[in-house]
Amino acid sequence: MMKQLSPARKRLLDNALTYGIVIVAYLVLQLMSNAELLSSTLEGQLIPICAYVIMAVSLNLVVGISGELSLGHAGFMSVGAFSGVVATVALQQVIPMDSLRLVAALAVGAVMAGFAGFIIGIPVLRLRGDYLAIVTLAFGEIIKNVINCLYIGVDENGIHFATSQAALVLAEGGKAVVKGPMGASGYSKLSSFTAGFILVLITLAIVLNLVHSRAGRAILALRDNRIAAESVGISATKYKMMAFVTSAVLAGAAGALYALSFGSIAAKKFDFNASILVLVFVVLGGLGNIRGSVIAAALLVVLPELLREFYDYRMLVYAIILILVMLLTNSIGIRQFLAQRFSRVGRILSKRAMKGVEN
Amino acid sequence: MAKEFQKGKMVPVPSHSIVPERDVDQMPVLECSHLGIDFGGLTAVNELNLTIGRTEIAGLIGPNGAGKTTVFNLLTKVYQPTRGTILLNGKDTHGMSTTQVNRAGIARTFQNIRLFTNLTVEDNVRIGLHNQVRYPMWDGVFRLPQFWKQEKVAHEKAMELLSIFHMEDLAQHQAGSLPYGAQRRLEIVRALATNPRLLLLDEPAAGMNPSETHDLMENIIKIRDTFHIAIMLIEHDMNLVMGICEGICVLNFGEVIAKGTSEEIQRNPKVIEAYLGSGKKGG
Repeated sequence: MMKQLSPARKRLLDNALTYGIVIVAYLVLQLMSNAELLSSTLEGQLIPICAYVIMAVSLNLVVGISGELSLGHAGFMSVGAFSGVVATVALQQVIPMDSLRLVAALAVGAVMAGFAGFIIGIPVLRLRGDYLAIVTLAFGEIIKNVINCLYIGVDENGIHFATSQAALVLAEGGKAVVKGPMGASGYSKLSSFTAGFILVLITLAIVLNLVHSRAGRAILALRDNRIAAESVGISATKYKMMAFVTSAVLAGAAGALYALSFGSIAAKKFDFNASILVLVFVVLGGLGNIRGSVIAAALLVVLPELLREFYDYRMLVYAIILILVMLLTNSIGIRQFLAQRFSRVGRILSKRAMKGVEN
Repeated sequence: MAKEFQKGKMVPVPSHSIVPERDVDQMPVLECSHLGIDFGGLTAVNELNLTIGRTEIAGLIGPNGAGKTTVFNLLTKVYQPTRGTILLNGKDTHGMSTTQVNRAGIARTFQNIRLFTNLTVEDNVRIGLHNQVRYPMWDGVFRLPQFWKQEKVAHEKAMELLSIFHMEDLAQHQAGSLPYGAQRRLEIVRALATNPRLLLLDEPAAGMNPSETHDLMENIIKIRDTFHIAIMLIEHDMNLVMGICEGICVLNFGEVIAKGTSEEIQRNPKVIEAYLGSGKKGG
């Protein structure tokens, strides 16, 4: 038997391992990229991987840690993406330095998405369980459709909003940034892999620190037993909202990072499928397991690229892999089998299986 | 083992109720009048008048389904009462939520234990300290000095509270993995962590053996004397109720059928008929 570690120390090691994996992965990929060992498609996936890792970690805060199933997470990503893009174009003159403008765009994306999260959270968090899930799904679609018919232009007088191309009247030298269903285009790609990596680290720090603090314990308490949590004076509305808005803020930053890694972006990119994709990362990585989310998101974003050889059957293989992983990690029999074969990994898995049974 | 516990002399107060003599000059911690709730057409609790002195240990007894836990749920606003008023330290709790009532001074335990089973024993107590040891969310997220300072205070307070039941050594265990009796004790510690004026215990001795029950009785008295709070408990163990409860209220079918000291309750023919049956059981 291994020596028993105190939970505080174990948690510290656990967190260090999570940061370690991210840092090592970044260094390896960066070195490979410098040595031109990466295929061009994989090279292009580096920033989306970072964005999806942030999406998965932030959704895990709502689904895993706060215990509310949200199906509209991509909506917050798109709010962040489009407000981030508009911010970069609008701030072109004010902040000429690219990296500073990227930081500003990420901040604007995060704040706008957080605001959207707060507004949506007011009605949504009054609901529970399946009802909450359905309503978040609806809000995700609403956000997508609103952006789909939004025309945003920037000129010397500031930012202009309209609901049709004709209504968008810009001064001389003005530029239409978002063109309804055509999406946003004509902005410079500001995102870099390093920026994405730093944002992932910030996200991890925010979520992990939040969970192990007074507010995080309140969120966990509400998930474990709402009646008991309220009976010790924890406000359900406040802490559910805190988790929801924090998650939206991070998703907004991820959206801005994602949009600014391409030359153009359209609202249809952030549809229901995108929300489900992120949910798949979270469930596959383990509810409440932040490190799992990071790994699952990174692998599953890359997987379709790695399956390029079986192009026609790509999604089929992808689906089969998903099903196999789910079966493998959820079957107690298989976990116990693994526990005997590979004691270290197996012990963790079977412990989680037992926990699942208790719940 | 049948040690006599010291009980205060009960004296009448203007609200046609009795409180311990030592509390008579102070405002009662709880005063319910005409409290009632209907679920659809069913009247679960009706015309409940109850006064609890500042440091009283009160008992709420009655046959199964009499509405005892419903009374607790009314006091803690899990249900909003249909009729009547609840005064907590003289303040009307009308329209308050469970959270607000807790902040105003009522803490409780549950009949079917409701711990945060996936968290450690210490974290359960720290969650109880939520409103006692505070710092803003940002201090936690960015690990500012206030975080470290308050977390240390929370740790010390949690350990101090756990020491009431000598549970310090269990602090890092998962709450759900504790034996039944320890889970019940942990729930009491968690409730105490919220710094209540009135502690409601819903069947604290359920599932305990006689020696554990005896320790619990001593601990309930110790808690009252240490924290100077009132305690009301629902219990089926008559040794416990008659041993430590000063004022006892008997419910049957949602109505109060008797109130008084343990001696008065044991002599009351209505109680004997409704609750103790033909008198073969009890005492």
